[in-house]
Amino acid sequence: MAVNLKQLTQHEELLTGGHRACAGCTGSNILRQIMLTAGQNTVVGGATGCMEVVTTIFPYTAWRTSFIHSAFENCAATVSGAETAYRALKKRGDLPREETGRKNFIAFGGDGGTYDIGLQSLSGAMERGHNMVYVCYDNEAYMNTGIQRSSATPLGAFTSTAPAGKVKQGKEQNRKDLTKIMVAHNIPYVAQTTPFHWKDLATKVEKALAVDGPAFLNILMPCPVGWHFDTAIGMQLAKEAVESNFWPLFEVENGVYKINQKPKERSPMENWMKQQGRFKHLFRPGNEAILENIQTYVDEQWEKLLKLEEMTAK
Amino acid sequence: MSFLKNSELHEGGIIREAGNAHDYQTGDWRTFVPQFVEENCIHCMFCWIYCPDSAIDIDTSGDKPKMKGIILDHCKGCGICATECPPAKKGKAALVMVREEK
Amino acid sequence: MEQKLVALSGNEAVAYAFKQARPHVASAFPITPQTEMMHKFAEFVANGETETEMILVESEHSAMSAAVGSAAAGARTFTATSSAGFALMWEIVYVAASLRLPICMALVNRALSGNINIHCDHSDSMGGRDAGWIHLFSENAQESYDNAVMAWRIGEHMDVRLPVMVNYDGFIISHTADALHMLPDDAAYDFIGKYKHAYTLLDPENPVTVGPLDLTDYYFEHKASQLATYERVPGIVQSVSEEFGALTGRTYQFCEEYAMDDAELVIVVLGSSAGTCKDVIDEYREKGVKVGLLKIRMFRPFPVQMIAEKLAGRKAVAVLDRSASFGGQGGPVFMETRSAMYGQQVPVNNYIYGLGGRDFDLHQVEEVIDDLQKVAAGEELQLINLLGIRS
Repeated sequence: MAVNLKQLTQHEELLTGGHRACAGCTGSNILRQIMLTAGQNTVVGGATGCMEVVTTIFPYTAWRTSFIHSAFENCAATVSGAETAYRALKKRGDLPREETGRKNFIAFGGDGGTYDIGLQSLSGAMERGHNMVYVCYDNEAYMNTGIQRSSATPLGAFTSTAPAGKVKQGKEQNRKDLTKIMVAHNIPYVAQTTPFHWKDLATKVEKALAVDGPAFLNILMPCPVGWHFDTAIGMQLAKEAVESNFWPLFEVENGVYKINQKPKERSPMENWMKQQGRFKHLFRPGNEAILENIQTYVDEQWEKLLKLEEMTAK
Repeated sequence: MSFLKNSELHEGGIIREAGNAHDYQTGDWRTFVPQFVEENCIHCMFCWIYCPDSAIDIDTSGDKPKMKGIILDHCKGCGICATECPPAKKGKAALVMVREEK
Repeated sequence: MEQKLVALSGNEAVAYAFKQARPHVASAFPITPQTEMMHKFAEFVANGETETEMILVESEHSAMSAAVGSAAAGARTFTATSSAGFALMWEIVYVAASLRLPICMALVNRALSGNINIHCDHSDSMGGRDAGWIHLFSENAQESYDNAVMAWRIGEHMDVRLPVMVNYDGFIISHTADALHMLPDDAAYDFIGKYKHAYTLLDPENPVTVGPLDLTDYYFEHKASQLATYERVPGIVQSVSEEFGALTGRTYQFCEEYAMDDAELVIVVLGSSAGTCKDVIDEYREKGVKVGLLKIRMFRPFPVQMIAEKLAGRKAVAVLDRSASFGGQGGPVFMETRSAMYGQQVPVNNYIYGLGGRDFDLHQVEEVIDDLQKVAAGEELQLINLLGIRS
């Protein structure tokens, strides 16, 4: 299913402008791109977080589809309720109107609402096999509440609850690999992508929506406020996150790994990190070991991913 | 500021006016504004796909979609469009960020 | 209407009532003593007796969340829980009411931890009393069933649109076989009616945004509108009860009065303990003591006017609470009742009893009535008392 921009321009804009996302937010762009592919016959659920807040400030909504927010930790459960209701109403002929074509259910949450507080609800919904796509827009910290560390925050990053100071140098742990946790649910489709890779993103959204059962997409979302960079370069940072192997583009279809882009020569993590204020302190003398650890970790993870692709190849 | 009347509020605090954020102005957040240099534009739609604010105005009536300009009511002036503009990389930018006169 | 006389536990009786509503969706997570109700309901589903889709979630928090998603999608939805399960749902219990979703829930009353205890008291329900649900309490399996049939009509009424909680005492009602009259399935469904939604996420022609961010400029107006709804609820509960009475011969009020006509002394109580009180009241009546009972059936919205009227002019009132308000002035039923009686010169005392399933026996009722007699004679007793506790 080759996607091109000409086709996408023919689709309806389902997330309007006039939402209150920060200038240069790549998250609202992620939602916009997803909705261009998903189309009008979609029910969207949002966990409490940046994207929910900025798109639905009463009395305004940026959503041209139906949207529900209930709380921070329960987006997957809420959407699983709506999806079940759809099946139940359809079975009995009780839907509000006759429908042809596919009905999509999309739940989204930030990394806080997905990796952390919403993980149980997400795991339950995936295990139950609801026909829904869960999208994590991963900006690697609790940006909505003021840039606190989450289990998605990478090693060494400055956050407001794990700042760099005289004796501490930002977050002291590596990030959790949520994508692989979702793979372990043995659901039909799991993938990672970024908004820079619009073709990859649109293809993955289409695949995720098309499978019979649950699908999970983890989408890296560079955040100018939390990562401290110029608002104009968010998409470039998404691109370079892939080129450095920090955020590989890959998908797992029925257990089979496929890496969608293998950089000919991976760029050093330092190049990517230097453009972000959250890593600034790591470039001070004395922090060389942390930089080395970051690079080693990324390289090890990449090697593992290559092996997984090899192991699961058919 | 004017408020909706109580009689205009819906039960449960829901919003039935889908997409009404379109009426909300975020254009006044801007410091810089993208200036469209039409003769340099190759109508590749990169600015359109990358815009976080649905603020690129395009014409989709013809064979090929055409870039028309910026929706100033919504553009927050982030500059992503100008960064991602392919002709800009060859020195012939179709979108240039300039400080806005207010 | 001819009704079958059956012997069922409270849990089974409520499961039948829920089946008769032909709900689209049920979300469920196990907790004692509610589990048996969902077992029974799952049997109905497994045998094709109802087409309900069950969402077997991984926590009560998700049970309530899924119920919210389902009801917002426009489906008739119920769930059930007890104790800690209700406490875990708590955040979303408010959301369900605020979004005006007429979810039904069986709350099989059980003590809250800690220490952990599986037996009956009302601390679970009372913790959620300000969340915006309609709270119905039941004395026995019959009333649990009847409440569970009427709950749909009340909550789904277009002038109400609120979730309804059917409370019945854990083990005492839930696990005890009791004789009751049950409506035939079709008659019950005809009474309940086909589900109508007030809004739905599922109509692509009319998209809605549910649960937006609501700040200083509108949140309060939305709450004011919700508050006004509770003024309308009693009238609708009454008309539904009357219609139910015409159908079944069992008519209910917000409160049930027992031996109240000439009563000088009154006990106020919720739930199964009312039965115990009635027995002892009969004994005292035989001895010529003018004692009566006011059993509160609808705790939310609190029937202020009825309670104030029914207690006016009595010589002494004892309010029994099966939960405590730690650091508060007596239990919640006491606080509400005394507040409803503001301005009256009737002495009111509070008795906390039965926490964690401690047996509520005849002697405890006798103690209360003996106290009422002393108070009526002008003696001043302790305001808040514990019943059935070892000294």
